[in-house]
Order: sequence, then C-alpha cells, then structure tokens
Amino acid sequence: MSDIRTIDCEEALRRLFEYLDAELHGEAQREMEQHLEHCRSCFSRVEFERRLKAYTAELRREPVAPGFEQRIRGLIDTFKR
Amino acid sequence: MPVHVIAAARSEADRAWFERSIVELLSDLFGTALRLTRNRADAEDLVADAVAQAWTHLDDLADRAHVRGWLFRILTNAFLSARRTRARRGVHESLDCEGEDEFSLFEQLHAPILLWWGTPEQEFLNRLLREDLTRAVDELPEAFRLVVVLADMQGYSYQDIAATLQVPIGTVRSRLARARALLQKALWVHAQEAGLVGRKQLKATTEHE
Repeated sequence: MSDIRTIDCEEALRRLFEYLDAELHGEAQREMEQHLEHCRSCFSRVEFERRLKAYTAELRREPVAPGFEQRIRGLIDTFKR
Repeated sequence: MPVHVIAAARSEADRAWFERSIVELLSDLFGTALRLTRNRADAEDLVADAVAQAWTHLDDLADRAHVRGWLFRILTNAFLSARRTRARRGVHESLDCEGEDEFSLFEQLHAPILLWWGTPEQEFLNRLLREDLTRAVDELPEAFRLVVVLADMQGYSYQDIAATLQVPIGTVRSRLARARALLQKALWVHAQEAGLVGRKQLKATTEHE
C-alpha cells in the first residue's frame, strides 16, 4: 500500500523514542519507517539513539562479587529443609 | 508461612531448576539491583530478598519459560516496596526535578562549532565508556532512574511501567523524556570536561601535530 501519510522531520523526531521503545504500532509505525527510508538526517538520529539505548541496556548486567554466588546458592540450599 | 514449610511441598527437581535459573541470571539480577540501589551491599540484599520471595511464590509462575520476566518483576517490586517503607519512615526522595525535557546530545554533537571529521555521533559513541554511562544513569534522580531501568534495561512497555509504578501512562512518557534529557546532558557535560568534545580538544590536537 502506498497511501501512507507523509510525516515531516518534526513529527518524526516527536515520535522518535516511542518508535525505539516499540510503542508505535500500525499506521504510526509505518509512517515513521517510511520517513526514515527517505530522510538521512532522521535516520542518523534514530541510529544514534538506538545505539545509546542499547549501551544503556547493557548496564543491566554486572559481574557479581566472588562470594555472592555462594551466598545465593547457600540461600537456595536452605530451601531443601 | 516460612519459606522452608512451603518448600517441603516441592521436589528436588524444582529446587535444582530454580537454582540453575537464578545462577544463570545472577549477573543480570545483580546489575539491575545495582542500578536501582546504587550500592553493592544493598543490591546483594535486594537480590537475596527477591530470590527468597520468588521461591515462596514459585507456584504463581504458570509457565517456566517466563522465569526471567517474572524474576525481574519480583526484584523491581521488592525494591519499590522497600522504597515505600523508607518513605513512610520519613526518608523522602524527590520525584520531581527541575530541568529541561528536550536536551539532545545528537544535536549538540552536530553543532557547527565542532569540527569533527566523519560522523560525530558515531565518534562519540565509539569513545563512550561504560563507566561514564553508568555514572550518568546512577546520578539520575530516583524517579527518572527507575523509568530508564524499566524501559531501557528491562524492555517494559509504557503500560507495564505505569502499572508497576502505579502512575498514569502520561507520567511515564514525561518522566522518560525528562530522564533521557538529563542523561544526555550529563554525558555531554562529562564529554566536555573530559575533553572528548569541544574546541579546546581540537586545538590541543592541532598543537601536538
């Protein structure tokens, strides 16, 4: 279908984070994707925010202190009794 | 009911599966707990608390394939409930913070005053250190840190965040926007202080050449 409404950069930037957070659906998402196919500037911005979001996501993983896994295994061990 | 009484009804296979799942996810659980509490000892206690609660409520987990999301939900709720207790004891942390909603690191990096070669935003990200980002996230006021943890680290939908934090979805949107602006501004300020961006750094480079 080619009757997707054209959105401008201002509108695309307004929807930017909702797009990256997978909160855009249906028509709104298609309009955004179509804009990004044609606008290099907004595409670069989206890629930047996407990478920054991905880096932030990596902060959820943190090496644990050596004794901590033992502490948790010890705790789970008490569930036996 | 004490944990060990409930546990009596469960098999050794259940316990072994539970232990495997927890150990597999331990660095994720700990990392999330650390972002929430900002303190290693508190983060360890939070994870231990969540593990004990998870075992107590194991029967609530209908499909074991969903153990990950279920554990993180328990962890987040354990943190929020401890936070509410603190609030009742009079330890208040501000939910609001003055600041702008629309700071864009990307736009700063593209300011014509900076003489970058190639693509400035990619250069910036290539030089960005995990510790810089960690510090920027940890320095966010709690209400903003929470939405970043839930949206960016746990991948919650806005609706799920609203339900978890018991706030309207509009509040989730505005807090996320504010959180991102604060985060990007902190990264920008740090990058300038570290000489990663700005005319000063370019001048220094030129002088050494």
